[in-house]
Amino acid sequence: MPVINMDELTDKDKAVMEVTQLKLEVKLERWLTSKCCEEVKDYIQAGEEEDTLVKGISEDKNPFKEKGGCVIF
Amino acid sequence: MASEKAEMDSLKKECDGLRTQIEAARKAVNDGSMSSAAGSATDVGRVQLKLRKSLKGHLAKIYSMHWATDSRSMVSASQDGKLLVWDTFSGNKMVAVPLKSAWVMSVAFAPSGNLVASGGLDNMCTVYNIKSASPKTLRELDAHTGYLACCRFLSDTEILTASGDTTCCLWDLETGKQKIIFTNHIGDCMSLALSQDERTFVSGACDSLAKLWDLREGTCKQTFSGHTSDINAINFFPSGNAFITGSDDCSCKMYDLRSDQEVIGYQDTSLNAGVTSLALSNSGRLIFAGYDDFNCHIWDSMKGEKVGVLSGHDNRVSCTGVPGDGMGVCTGSWDSFLKLWN
Repeated sequence: MPVINMDELTDKDKAVMEVTQLKLEVKLERWLTSKCCEEVKDYIQAGEEEDTLVKGISEDKNPFKEKGGCVIF
Repeated sequence: MASEKAEMDSLKKECDGLRTQIEAARKAVNDGSMSSAAGSATDVGRVQLKLRKSLKGHLAKIYSMHWATDSRSMVSASQDGKLLVWDTFSGNKMVAVPLKSAWVMSVAFAPSGNLVASGGLDNMCTVYNIKSASPKTLRELDAHTGYLACCRFLSDTEILTASGDTTCCLWDLETGKQKIIFTNHIGDCMSLALSQDERTFVSGACDSLAKLWDLREGTCKQTFSGHTSDINAINFFPSGNAFITGSDDCSCKMYDLRSDQEVIGYQDTSLNAGVTSLALSNSGRLIFAGYDDFNCHIWDSMKGEKVGVLSGHDNRVSCTGVPGDGMGVCTGSWDSFLKLWN
């Protein structure tokens, strides 16, 4: 695997690299953002009820709670 | 010389033309924002998490932390020259790994829990076996020509690194050699995140771009722009079809892979500090972003609103992480403490 040292690339090498990459990316088939955002929302809503950080946690189920301490009578 | 200049001009013109085409293609599919999709969703309200534990042990700035897959162990790295492996349930330190170089910038836990890796200004990624009687150096991965900014294990035999030399690299831990070098960024690579299926990863760099890579082919598939400064943090949205970035430009952004563009930004005029780190809650609803202003601000990923803050650190929040079971969030700071919240 040849090591490409960025410092050794000439300006022309970098420009060629950029054009090559853009030629690849221009071909991408893009989805409608409305559909993508709907899917993000659906994903979140499907998992929200189980999301501890959103719903909260009861003291007895909390693995991080401080143990011990004093009880004042 | 004239022909060289003509060549450069022609290449530049070609680049500009292709960029315009890509922007037009992105605009053509931009028929709706996250705000419109989120409109009908319920508000999360004010998110008020409590500080459950403050983990004291490091003697200098903490630069990085990473949860183990058991959602209980966690490893942290500090420029006091140590890695500490913690049992977050008891708050006890389980293992201390002394580092050859104190200038650590990143730490990672292998999914198996057997290994941890770290690196920084030494330009190396060192892998340690923490299950042996005392921590043993397994490999020193030495080929990057710039600092190690981020590392993530795929397994006990492969690790991915992001470097200040502008490349990311996939290493074979059995041979200690580079398998694939990912070249395309023109600025220091600061952060990376692996997709769940381990076929792709995303990287964020100081060229203000985020890139999606094919892990096995070594090619850059997509480039995402929009930030106006270094991207310091990057994480996949749990569905795997989007990712979130955090930048020195004081904003976070969600980029969608399939529409190939930013779908929502998270910024506030009152927030004038760079984003250093970020983590998501399990459903993806909440973004925990660590800032230079000593706080970790909580964003509603869907509505783009700030919904809470984790305050308590006395210096920059440098790292943030949510364990696999989503039970809490950990923040690490230059104040040398790690804090657990839920």
